[in-house]
Amino acid sequence: MDMRVTPKKKMKLVMVGNGMAGVRALEELLKLAPDLYEITVFGAEPHPNYNRILLSPVLAGEQTLDEIVLNDWAWYKDNGITLHAGFKVTQVDRVHRTVTGSNNRGETVQAGYDRLILATGSNPFILPLPGHDLPGVLAYRDIADTQAMIDAAATYKHAAVIGGGLLGLEAANGLMKRGMQVTVVHVGEWLMERQLDKVAGQMLQASLEARGMQFRMSAQTSALVAANSGRVAKVEFKDGSHVPADLVVMAVGIRSNTQLAESMGLHVNRGIVVTDTLQTVTDPRVWAVGECAAHRGIAYGLVAPLFEQGKVLANHLAEFGIARYLGSQTSTKLKVTGIDLFSAGEFMGGEGTDEIVMSDPAGGVYKRLVLKDDKLVGACLYGDTVDGSWYFKLLREGRSVADIRDKLMFGESNIGDVGHQGQSKAAAMADSDEVCGCNGVTKGAICKAIKDKGLFTLDEVRKQTKASASCGSCTGLVEQILMFTAGGDYSATPKMKPICGCTSHGHQAVRDAIKAHKLLTTGSVFRFLEWRTPNGCASCRPAVNYYLISTWPKEAQDDPQSRFINERSHANIQKDGTYSVIPRMWGGETTADELRRIADVVDKYKIPTVKVTGGQRIDLLGVKKEDLVNVWKDIGMPCGHAYAKALRTVKTCVGSEWCRMGTQDSTQMGKDLEKAMWRMYAPHKVKFAVSGCPRNCAEAGIKDVGIIGVDSGWEMYIGGNGGIKTEVAEFLVKLKTAEEVLEYTGAFMQLYREEGWYLERTVHYLHRVGMEHIKKKVLEDEANRKALWARLQHALDGEPDPWFEFDKAHVDTRQFEPLPL
Amino acid sequence: MTTWKKICRVEDIPVLGARRVARDRGLDVAVFRNDADEVFALLDRCPHKGGPLSQGIVFGQQVACPLHNWTIGLCDGMAHAPDEGCTPRFVVKVEAGVVHLDADELAGHATDLTRPIAGPVSRKTACA
Repeated sequence: MDMRVTPKKKMKLVMVGNGMAGVRALEELLKLAPDLYEITVFGAEPHPNYNRILLSPVLAGEQTLDEIVLNDWAWYKDNGITLHAGFKVTQVDRVHRTVTGSNNRGETVQAGYDRLILATGSNPFILPLPGHDLPGVLAYRDIADTQAMIDAAATYKHAAVIGGGLLGLEAANGLMKRGMQVTVVHVGEWLMERQLDKVAGQMLQASLEARGMQFRMSAQTSALVAANSGRVAKVEFKDGSHVPADLVVMAVGIRSNTQLAESMGLHVNRGIVVTDTLQTVTDPRVWAVGECAAHRGIAYGLVAPLFEQGKVLANHLAEFGIARYLGSQTSTKLKVTGIDLFSAGEFMGGEGTDEIVMSDPAGGVYKRLVLKDDKLVGACLYGDTVDGSWYFKLLREGRSVADIRDKLMFGESNIGDVGHQGQSKAAAMADSDEVCGCNGVTKGAICKAIKDKGLFTLDEVRKQTKASASCGSCTGLVEQILMFTAGGDYSATPKMKPICGCTSHGHQAVRDAIKAHKLLTTGSVFRFLEWRTPNGCASCRPAVNYYLISTWPKEAQDDPQSRFINERSHANIQKDGTYSVIPRMWGGETTADELRRIADVVDKYKIPTVKVTGGQRIDLLGVKKEDLVNVWKDIGMPCGHAYAKALRTVKTCVGSEWCRMGTQDSTQMGKDLEKAMWRMYAPHKVKFAVSGCPRNCAEAGIKDVGIIGVDSGWEMYIGGNGGIKTEVAEFLVKLKTAEEVLEYTGAFMQLYREEGWYLERTVHYLHRVGMEHIKKKVLEDEANRKALWARLQHALDGEPDPWFEFDKAHVDTRQFEPLPL
Repeated sequence: MTTWKKICRVEDIPVLGARRVARDRGLDVAVFRNDADEVFALLDRCPHKGGPLSQGIVFGQQVACPLHNWTIGLCDGMAHAPDEGCTPRFVVKVEAGVVHLDADELAGHATDLTRPIAGPVSRKTACA
């Protein structure tokens, strides 16, 4: 039998439209299946794909046309795509499956298709006023419009922009910057009424007026009137008044461009009607994506949802067949330099909603949060938008905010406390200011990368610039920079974020599948959930391995090759490839004997650095990998797990044993906690502290679990963190006895182990699920608390010390010896 | 004519793992094995900050450096875009389950590259 595979003839894919949504879908497709199709693209504009969102900065003279090109001519060539630029498609024959287009020189081209993408975008809506077709009357949609406006600004003085929405104001701002006197004519009572409430709209107007922009609000336009030259000269209103205008820009809205689809006999309602797979409901060979498509009755006009659609479309064209588009929530940000506003969701409120409002017109700050059933459903911010992305996240996740309601208005801002000169407003930073203190990335470098490489998402910026890619402290700043550089709606990322590029499943889905289907190995997880890669990657393998062993203790087998090196070699790798060793010192107490052994080891193995850690232990730095096993043996102390996503230290103060202020024996409590829970792997590192009185010398307020002794017992605090962003632990419960402290701490830990996502610290887990949830599971339900504590004890029972029990801990000892030559 | 030097058996390398081969001169050579039992050899040094690649997580035909998670291709030693850099490769021969490296390469290939210095030594170097 002849087993040779004959190359399959490529299918023909034709795309009508050469805009951002369509080309993004092609990029995604080429990533998944580079050789499946012979691709032809028709684009009505004589340009390659460019970033339409950045036309406003071009108009304002802040960027040039060249700078906003996303895919240059070479990109099409390199990917074997035939591009007919300047060819408007005039006919699609669905019976013979051909697309015909012509250009303004009367030339015609035709292409056959097996599959067809309609990405025809949208058209600006032109008010049918008398005079709407006069010279000097424009829409604001593409490069040609922008160029016409720039040219007009060089010759004429007066401009009128009809429409006080996002696009209209950006056009007006651009024309003003080019020296024109601009009047914005708006039918509504306040500006941007689809994005802003009245107060914020009026604040915006006042701020634009201060820059010289003029307004005619609640204006009924009756006609556009020409001068003797034939060019438009003024805008007339129903009340008889008028404003002079040598240039009139109509920015009253856009409509899905469905003309072609209608001529093809496709079902159109607000847009080309598509299913969750972006397939048209009429013809299975035809897909639609972007502003021309109507998904569940909505035609989206912002870039992030369109990119999500592109991903889904690519998945189906690549014949993976597993992605679905489920709609998006969108947020808005005005791209007028120096004006900060943000809105998302149902910011106007309505029946059954509550509002929290902060208004400081003199200070130029206004915030309005809309809640319904204890969930955030809308936000409108003016003047201070630092927390926009946080509110947007809460809104998308739809989690109850009951427990943080009193603090909601003050925001969280996911910016760390350190690493970026204390800045919290990216707009106020200079280009030379450092944003990312880990990788030394300046604001200017980030802006440049966003513009030059056409980046739209935080992940892309992280990959390209490394900004916020290490400790993540400056994520909020990078998001802000992305917002005003790339356009407002970048953050409408899907609710569920995949673990990594190997899968479309998120952390929760993977956990749930492991539990529901009793999956016991990484291989079975990858097969069951149809991983795209044969054995995952360095991001997903450690996560999946943790979920397996935490869900099925004693049954799932730990896979050391799926662990990061520190957890494979049970020591902490250093920058020169040597390791550090931190033995466990129960509650931070040690003895002369232990210290003597440590000193002897330092001498014997010539360990260059000995350092006291912040967790009341001793760190030996610069140990050669070959020496690790003997160092552990000679020290003869238990493993400190200082390298692991596990219980690390339990910091204690001296307590009532010695301290004249002490009310409780905190050292003993700390030792008991440590002995009960050491060897406990968790989603991330875990630190405890126990203080013997409220003076809190053990700094229990910044630990994952902090216990503070008081005269009548113990107070328990959870979710503290002393790292990038100092987070003060929240009070959970007051307890009477040491046994109770063990039980409640153990139950909380087990809940975190079972529900936390990999690499999610307790503070982030707590913010995600809410304090009410923890209280319900640990405080109110006694049976559940005891069951959790019992499950943790079962999981830890007989767990090996990886420094001594190599077989049981699956330590591959071959790693410690190099292969000899 | 290549002189092949016997290194180890394929089974001596963990699946989706690596071993390092100590040389008389120059840094170790890392030999990797993936789950298809393919064996690759690279200088045990990431082009970024000199991390020991043999300690990284192996997946597909790639390894993630343990220091800063750069992804390096096992076939070509190239860093994955947008990172840029390349680690020297070593030719590998697997015959009857035995892994061989080229003796000449072991002796002379990329022997000038070093690891970063850490600890008190680096402070002295900086002051000098």
